[in-house]
Amino acid sequence: MPTFVYMTRCDGCGHCVDICPSDIMHIDKTYRRAYNIEPNMCWECYSCVKACPQHAIDVRGYADFAPLGHSVRVHRDEEKGTIAWRIKFRNGTEKNFLSPITTKPWGQAIPKLAEVPAPSKEMRDGELLYNEPKWIRMDDGGLHTLESAGLKMKKGVAY
Amino acid sequence: MFSINPFAALSATLSPAVMQAYVVVMFLLVVAGTLFEVVHKGSARYFFENMRKSKAKGARPLGGGELVSIAVQTAVVDVLASGEFCNMRRRIAHLLGMYGFVLYVLATAVLVFDAAAGAIWAQLWWLGGLMVIVSGTWFWFFIRVDVAAEGRSPFRVMKADLFILSMLASATLGLAWAWAQAKGSPGSLVMFGLYILATTVLFAGVPWSKFAHMFFKPAAAFEKRVTRADGTAENLPTQTRDDPEQQKRHSMELLQNAPMDMGLGIKREAPRHY
Repeated sequence: MPTFVYMTRCDGCGHCVDICPSDIMHIDKTYRRAYNIEPNMCWECYSCVKACPQHAIDVRGYADFAPLGHSVRVHRDEEKGTIAWRIKFRNGTEKNFLSPITTKPWGQAIPKLAEVPAPSKEMRDGELLYNEPKWIRMDDGGLHTLESAGLKMKKGVAY
Repeated sequence: MFSINPFAALSATLSPAVMQAYVVVMFLLVVAGTLFEVVHKGSARYFFENMRKSKAKGARPLGGGELVSIAVQTAVVDVLASGEFCNMRRRIAHLLGMYGFVLYVLATAVLVFDAAAGAIWAQLWWLGGLMVIVSGTWFWFFIRVDVAAEGRSPFRVMKADLFILSMLASATLGLAWAWAQAKGSPGSLVMFGLYILATTVLFAGVPWSKFAHMFFKPAAAFEKRVTRADGTAENLPTQTRDDPEQQKRHSMELLQNAPMDMGLGIKREAPRHY
């Protein structure tokens, strides 16, 4: 399902060009609007769709399995720290999702890895990954679970 | 120099009636060009078709009062304050250029039709022209995407540049002519000829340039606001964290104590991809 650009909405700001991991979103030389130069190489990551401040990018469904009438649109609200999805099915069913994309203000909780002491030889040769077991806290009363964190599994949502 | 009506000073060479006729012809060309574009591109049909489609999608019907309020918001935020721009530099350049162009055109009409117009009109003409030159040059060399973000040469000219270049040329040559005329330079009539040429291209080129955006952009901004108000919102999500009902969602638990303004993430950096 490659992306495409609504030319009347795009103002050529270039956020999609910067964010595209495949480097296939480019600015058209004549019209100065963004376009997907190679839809075959698009892996539908939705990065450009989320980054577009004008909501000018959409993802086209393949005609054989995603018939006309559906819609998957997203609004990534950086200031509020949320991402919202609105999914419309062909039969009229609509689903709305709202999720956090950060829990702290942007750019303020950056780990200072340069100040962390280098791992010893013993740690390098060990099986544990970086910051294990500290971050999974095996040494602090066992593995933390939803239950121990006071959370409950709810139908349809797994965190 | 800035208080003298340059068109009155020209009346010894060119009859005021000819100048007035030219202004009227240019006005008619803009009207005809815009109507031609609306028919040719089907923009009005597209606009009304979209309204009809959104009604068919079960949108909440909007009352007359709501529509008036949306029209006022569109006029104040999207038109008068260029609210649709997300890039602040582009927004400032657009505001400068827009108000400069309006002042420049309005003052031109007043100065041509009323040779005895007060000095303020001549000053507004200069101010408007300078605003167009500053914003147009700033945009052309530093802001437009293929120069600022794509790293291409600012001297690469495309058909899409017809509007900005002819507007910039009209304002620059207009002021250069007025300056040359005030100094008594013999080349002032050549400047005037070039100024008329650039101005004719600007107003006669409406069907091929983006001149008509001043008519269809407000219509598009109005439509966008209407879809948001009637709930269809072009199928975009309408739920936000501001809504107390949404704050109760399970997914919002992690943001219960988070500030409502998290600042900017990826948008902290201007796109610059070359």
